[in-house]
Amino acid sequence: MELHDVWFVLIAVLWIGYFFLEGFDFGVGVLTKLLARDRTEKRVLINTIGPVWDGNEVWLLTAGGATFAAFPEWYATLFSGFYLPLLVILVCLIVRGVAFEYRAKRPEENWQRTWETAIFWCSLIPAFLWGVAFGNIARGVKIDARLEYVGGLGDLLNPYALLGGLVTLSLFTFHGAVFVGLKTVGDIRERARTTALRVGAVTAVLALVFLGWTQADKGDGTSLVALVVAVAALLGALVTARAGREGWAFALSGLTIVAAVSMLFLTLFPNVMPSTLNEQWSLTVTNASSSPYTLKIMTWLAAIATPLVLLYQGWTYWVFRKRIGTQHIADAAH
Amino acid sequence: MDMALAPETLARWQFGITTVYHFLFVPLTISLAALTAGLQTAWVRTSKEKYLRATKFWGKLFLINIAMGVVTGIVQEFQFGMNWSDYSRFVGDIFGAPLAFEALIAFFFESTFIGLWIFGWDKLPKKIHLACIWMVSIGTILSAYFILAANSWMQHPVGYRINKAKGRAELTDFWQVLTQNTALAQAFHTLSAAFLTGGAFMVGIAAFHLVRKRHVPVMKTSLRLGLVTVVVGGLLTAVSGDTLGKIMYQQQPMKMAAAEALWDGEKPAPFSVFAVGDVDKGHNRVAIEVPGLLSFLAKDDFTSYVPGINDVNKTEQATYGPGDYRPNIPVAYWGFRWMIGFGMTSFALGMAGLWLTRKKFLLPQHLRVGEDEVPRLALLPNKALGPKLTTWYWRLAILTLGFPLIANSWGWIFTEMGRQPWVVYGLFQTRDAVSPGVSQTEVLISMLTFTALYAILAVVEVKLMAKYVKAGPPELTEADLNPPTKIGGDSRDADKPMAFSY
Repeated sequence: MELHDVWFVLIAVLWIGYFFLEGFDFGVGVLTKLLARDRTEKRVLINTIGPVWDGNEVWLLTAGGATFAAFPEWYATLFSGFYLPLLVILVCLIVRGVAFEYRAKRPEENWQRTWETAIFWCSLIPAFLWGVAFGNIARGVKIDARLEYVGGLGDLLNPYALLGGLVTLSLFTFHGAVFVGLKTVGDIRERARTTALRVGAVTAVLALVFLGWTQADKGDGTSLVALVVAVAALLGALVTARAGREGWAFALSGLTIVAAVSMLFLTLFPNVMPSTLNEQWSLTVTNASSSPYTLKIMTWLAAIATPLVLLYQGWTYWVFRKRIGTQHIADAAH
Repeated sequence: MDMALAPETLARWQFGITTVYHFLFVPLTISLAALTAGLQTAWVRTSKEKYLRATKFWGKLFLINIAMGVVTGIVQEFQFGMNWSDYSRFVGDIFGAPLAFEALIAFFFESTFIGLWIFGWDKLPKKIHLACIWMVSIGTILSAYFILAANSWMQHPVGYRINKAKGRAELTDFWQVLTQNTALAQAFHTLSAAFLTGGAFMVGIAAFHLVRKRHVPVMKTSLRLGLVTVVVGGLLTAVSGDTLGKIMYQQQPMKMAAAEALWDGEKPAPFSVFAVGDVDKGHNRVAIEVPGLLSFLAKDDFTSYVPGINDVNKTEQATYGPGDYRPNIPVAYWGFRWMIGFGMTSFALGMAGLWLTRKKFLLPQHLRVGEDEVPRLALLPNKALGPKLTTWYWRLAILTLGFPLIANSWGWIFTEMGRQPWVVYGLFQTRDAVSPGVSQTEVLISMLTFTALYAILAVVEVKLMAKYVKAGPPELTEADLNPPTKIGGDSRDADKPMAFSY
């Protein structure tokens, strides 16, 4: 395995980490409208991710920075090509971050409601658009001989990619509902389970169609394994969620994300962004990657820093392991 | 196409707007993290309540500020790919590495430990909670270092070779990229300016309360901490600025000639205090100069030859081929002056403040005040300032609390625009750096979107900041004074509300 192959795997790992972690963040954001009955419950939901959402989002920044360093051509083509969708995602992430931090900093109801609306939409939209983006990466886009994206915005909004968007949106919402079941007490915990089952059933249908489509189009033996794992994990998550085994349900909804994203990356390799115009023009791990020296330095960095990150990020989850309910939310705004 | 709306121009505007805006929050984040950590350390060590109240007060302002710093930073991570894809292709092998280091080492540190600090008051023992804010502070400084090393490579590329087949620059020595003198001097200069910024912010806000005689013990402590930070930060900013200037005279003589609007080389070269240039004719119409000073700034003596804009332009034409290698002279010239002017005004006010509010041995008995009294301002050894002048000092401190922010912004505008037409000095020009596949409409949409969004957020942020500044330090609660002894919180009462919640 050459270093650029290692880095293909590492980039996949970063995106998987991002979707696993911010996946439930996004889900919780969407659930503030679907699940919460009153504003205190909304706050319970927001506070289940309060201490961790920022750290979760860094997985995205790291995926971005690492792609820049390890696959500059991929970074350049992807982000200049998917320009407007990425712009929308960035705007949402900006507003969403500010919303979490500023919402409770004023007592006025108008102020708080505005930020709550922002949290909902700015969670929902990126959750959808990331699926569209990855659907397009997997499917291939119009890339010319200079490795430039030459399609338009309309090309990105094709049925396959849009279905991918629905899959990530519903899968993240499901993952979020399972997470809420794991992190709350009281009435909201019970309702989170009901919601999880409903959203999970929808997700199962959408994911099966999308992953089946992917398999039929691009799949091989290994991607089929990933597909089977994804579907089995999703069904397992539904069964365990129904049985009230919340820890298991969360591990399995997480595994669904891991397997589904892995499957997309498996169908890609050795391409990183296939061209639909001419196979010769596809970006691959070879023609898009950095020099061996840069990759070597980056590998050292990843080998040392990633375990540390996992360690202290894991520790954060342990510190905030207690479930929260409406009784833990102080009345006065801070 | 109309140059004013060419994608390159729009992309440059967008980069300028989003980056200058981002950098309004960065220096405050860096310095307030460390200052808040310092105050919390004082609380943990002395158990004096004023330190905890100060920690909570400045910590709150720090959080309001870092939220904006974090979210506007997201754009920076992706903007190179979006608007500058040819730049990304050319430099990614080198420039990407420090960005990845920044994300994987510094951003994770900052973002994870800030969450622990915000929500950890009732979840973590005192000392571990304190360690979290120090971790945040270390994260902010590491982050600054990596990104400045990346920028330094654009100012002065080292440790690379050109791969002609791939049409890009490739890394050959990462250590050199991280430790070249440009990076060290830039980091030193930027970090000390960050502390000058945070110090002036602290002094201004403390003055706001002291002039109203409110929250005196907390604000007196803050004032002193702020003043010392301003003086130390200001001094180091000046020293490091001088070092950086000398490095730039060697590495980018054009930038420094432009900073002085020195059209033709002189020996000895004067320092220009004021000038009006005429770009087309290549000379100044009006100029006020200090003889020999520029030679000193460039080369450490009063007689050396310093090349002018026209000379460097000719040299660069000989090296890089025909073309105009002059940056925007008025921007470089005035940017340089505003940077120094605004920064050093704050420094001067800080020095004055430190002297005026001196205590103990330097101050006669009758001018000393108690713990909870506003300090008397004493200019002469034996005499306090009258009420009018006293009020004026406080007012000036309040009015100038944002001066270093202006200085920082002009510093960046100067150093980035002074490097033009290059994006990587001597290697790659800005006009070759834009994304060829991104249309004018797309860049226009994105530039307007960010500008509008940032403008709205600026209003929101400033109002929120003002609200919490006016509110003053919070009263302490029972929970504040009895932090948990176990990680995860003491389980005395499972239904107790969280000390902090969103």
